[in-house]
Amino acid sequence: MSDSNTHSAGPGGVDTSAWDERLIFERSRPGRRCVTYPKPSRTVDLPESMRREAPPALPEVDELELVRHYTRLSQMNFSIDTTFYPLGSCTMKYNPKVHEKAARLPEFAGLHPLSDGNQAALKVIWEMEAVLKAVTGMTDFTFQPAAGAQGEFVGISLIAAHHRAQGNDKKVVLIPNSAHGTNPATAAMCGYRVEEVKSTERGTVDVEDLKAKMSDEVAALMLTNPNTFGVFEDEILEMAKVVHDGGGLLYYDGANMNAFLGQCRPGDMGFDVVHINLHKTFTTPHGGGGPGSGPVGVKETLLPYLPIPIVTRDGDRFSLEYDRPESIGKISTFFGNFGMVLRAFVYARMLGAEGMRRTSEMAVLNANYIARRLEKTFERPRKAQPMHEMVLTAERHKKEHGVTALDIAKRLIDYGFHPPTIYFPVAKVCPESMLIEPTETENCEMLDRFCDAMLAISEEAAGNPDVLHNAPHETPVRRLDEATAARKPVLRWKPE
Amino acid sequence: MNYTPHTDDDVAKMLKTVGVESVDALFDPIPKGLKLSSLDLPPGLTEMEAMALLNDLVAELRQDAPALSFLGGGAYDHFSPSVVDAVISRGEFFTAYTPYQPEVSQGTLRAIFEFQTMISELTGMEVTNASMYDGSSALAEAVLMAVRINQGTKVLIPRSLHPFYRKVVETYVRGIDLEIVEIPWTEAGTMDLAAVKANLDDDTAAVVVQNPNFLGVLEPLDELGEIVGASKAMFVAAVNPLSLGVVRPPGDFGADMVVGDGQPLGIPLSYGGPYVGFFSTRETHIRKMPGRITGQTTDVDGKRGFVLTLKTREQDIRRERATSNICTNQTLCATAATVYMAALGPEGLREVCELNLANSRDALEAVTSVDGVTQAFSGATFNEFVVRTVRPAADVLASLREKGIGGGIDLGRFYPELSDCVLTCVTETKRQTDIDCLAAAWGEIL
Repeated sequence: MSDSNTHSAGPGGVDTSAWDERLIFERSRPGRRCVTYPKPSRTVDLPESMRREAPPALPEVDELELVRHYTRLSQMNFSIDTTFYPLGSCTMKYNPKVHEKAARLPEFAGLHPLSDGNQAALKVIWEMEAVLKAVTGMTDFTFQPAAGAQGEFVGISLIAAHHRAQGNDKKVVLIPNSAHGTNPATAAMCGYRVEEVKSTERGTVDVEDLKAKMSDEVAALMLTNPNTFGVFEDEILEMAKVVHDGGGLLYYDGANMNAFLGQCRPGDMGFDVVHINLHKTFTTPHGGGGPGSGPVGVKETLLPYLPIPIVTRDGDRFSLEYDRPESIGKISTFFGNFGMVLRAFVYARMLGAEGMRRTSEMAVLNANYIARRLEKTFERPRKAQPMHEMVLTAERHKKEHGVTALDIAKRLIDYGFHPPTIYFPVAKVCPESMLIEPTETENCEMLDRFCDAMLAISEEAAGNPDVLHNAPHETPVRRLDEATAARKPVLRWKPE
Repeated sequence: MNYTPHTDDDVAKMLKTVGVESVDALFDPIPKGLKLSSLDLPPGLTEMEAMALLNDLVAELRQDAPALSFLGGGAYDHFSPSVVDAVISRGEFFTAYTPYQPEVSQGTLRAIFEFQTMISELTGMEVTNASMYDGSSALAEAVLMAVRINQGTKVLIPRSLHPFYRKVVETYVRGIDLEIVEIPWTEAGTMDLAAVKANLDDDTAAVVVQNPNFLGVLEPLDELGEIVGASKAMFVAAVNPLSLGVVRPPGDFGADMVVGDGQPLGIPLSYGGPYVGFFSTRETHIRKMPGRITGQTTDVDGKRGFVLTLKTREQDIRRERATSNICTNQTLCATAATVYMAALGPEGLREVCELNLANSRDALEAVTSVDGVTQAFSGATFNEFVVRTVRPAADVLASLREKGIGGGIDLGRFYPELSDCVLTCVTETKRQTDIDCLAAAWGEIL
């Protein structure tokens, strides 16, 4: 164990190990073996120019060494299984164990994507589609996108295909200034110019500004609802009318769907395309950054353009239909992250309609509880009632004590909490912002512990700001030099 | 069943703190006309009932499955050592978030740094990113990156590229108006180098090659590398990473970008995903590269640590000027591939490759010893090969299927001129008895 845990300055809540596990290459010894294989029946000659000369320098370790290494690495992580993640916009809810069991059933795990013995898999896709149609009010879905950003790319590509087919020459995608960074990046990938729409003091889209920016050139408005301030866009119907009347379409970024699961539907709000993050609302695990799944739903007008293949049903038989001449094509090699769809299917079936409503109810209750407990200490820059998440700001702490949102976030680690989402995506409009989303799966003791920690940190900011500036104190490594990492990139291990 | 812990008392207490009468009141911001009165879904299930439902689906799959399958074509049946799933089943890995807070994400960051190193070793390239969605989107992103580097207006793509990869590339480049020129194959099944030379000019953004290609054939990367190296075009190779245990990597031949699908590295078939794309390039290109990258640095105490780096390329900072919109990737699958590569080591990787070579060669000889079956292309192969038959491939495969054998892929589905050709894959998981079984079935149906 390293000595990094001897200068304890924190409340001792850290939920990671304090050790500094080396890289596997540094545990390697020539000749050590883990997996071995039977002898081949023959040696096959490859042409000289095609046969590899020197073997790749992979590590050489025995099985126990390997298991200890990765176990110890894992214990240097925060995770939902160990820690509360009040991480706004990311919906870090509990990932049920039964989902993992489902995805590992050998018949599913071993099913080849080109196998014709695929009826049960197509049935899962078909039924999950029915669930998403019911909760979104859309007409049809594709499960090919591997994540939200790829879903956005599909969604905007569908809109582009529609406008092309109509002979419309559109050049602009409108995006609120509080949007997630993937929204403008997606619009640009699809060849559109991005124009920003302002938000009001309440935290909602400024409808007057939307009207002013709406023109013949606008292909679509991309929107999240509730938006990134956690506020419900209550003028959504009017916004939809403005965009539709102007010849544009509405894109729904489903990142925040957990706020109204079973309560209302983007399809009814006037959205023409939606993407849902199964790794958020439908709790497929984040895996340290993926895999996710970003199914895209459309209304009737965009049906012809969906990626191929689509799943069709004839009586009890399901099939994959590839012959769709107006389709935007393929987006995934096969059918997207089926293993994630299967997990989400189990979740949806277990929740049922009642469970879904209860999920959004408790998610919104938890967020409002935290907001109420903290809003006197950390101001809420947008006053409308939050839904499943809220923005708090540390502007006062910065002004009075020189303590930033980043310092507070890092200090939370010492208390055993993952930091909230800080600065992004609303930094431009709300300095020192912290976006907090508790989700429905945390109990009230945990919410209280978190609020108590935030209040204690606020006190520390006044009395001992350096304890925040230097946080975290008890983690395997402390604040890292990101500037040098980017200026002199070291992106792979090399022997000394 | 749902996963909300609060009791009625908890809810009452919390509502009091919030200062509203009921949970319903919290949804007042939603306009009345939009509120749902009911949701058209079946009632919820307990875990026990959900498992019963899954077991019904499993029974159906079992009944539908061939006893023996030789399907490849971009997704491969390989043995995954127990340690792989054991490691990624740890909640600390699979329930962790993206490592934006490096102090509490060193486990994921170090595993991904190892992934980047190991894939760079396999591909013979200098740097590798933290993963892409899958092989096809990685290839599409490589083509987009080539255009960012040299502003070319066309790309040369072999006809023998996996047809689904080609479709994905076409979808990705639609926003930038790129001409796709198809390069035919030779009798050997390799890329027609004369056609490459004839079409390669100053407007060419990239030349794409797949190795082995969709016909299972290994390409002459040495000659292709010389041709592309003498031009301004980027040399982009999509590879099967497992094959690189015995096959010379594109990095040896001057490739600018090497991409592929990491599925063969211990990732289950799972009906097409989740898999993991990888993306390797040269150091000179890193600032044009898409996706997350982990880098090494030091903390305030001078201790080595790891962070996501070169973030100014990415969507969260650069927004519409980002190199790609990719955000969530396939980290857990990359972690699985890392454990797989570490478990095999250089010697295990060589052994499994030799087994793939030997088993597929045994199967090719056994199947082509049947009258009416011939090898379609003469080029060297890794673990897949194409045979031509005297009957349409679709018929032959249906007959094999009646005998409980998934004999391979009907190439007529993708190439009309190959409607009498079957693509068969034989990996290390097949035993001599399986190969005998396949050859015997061929003998009986022709």
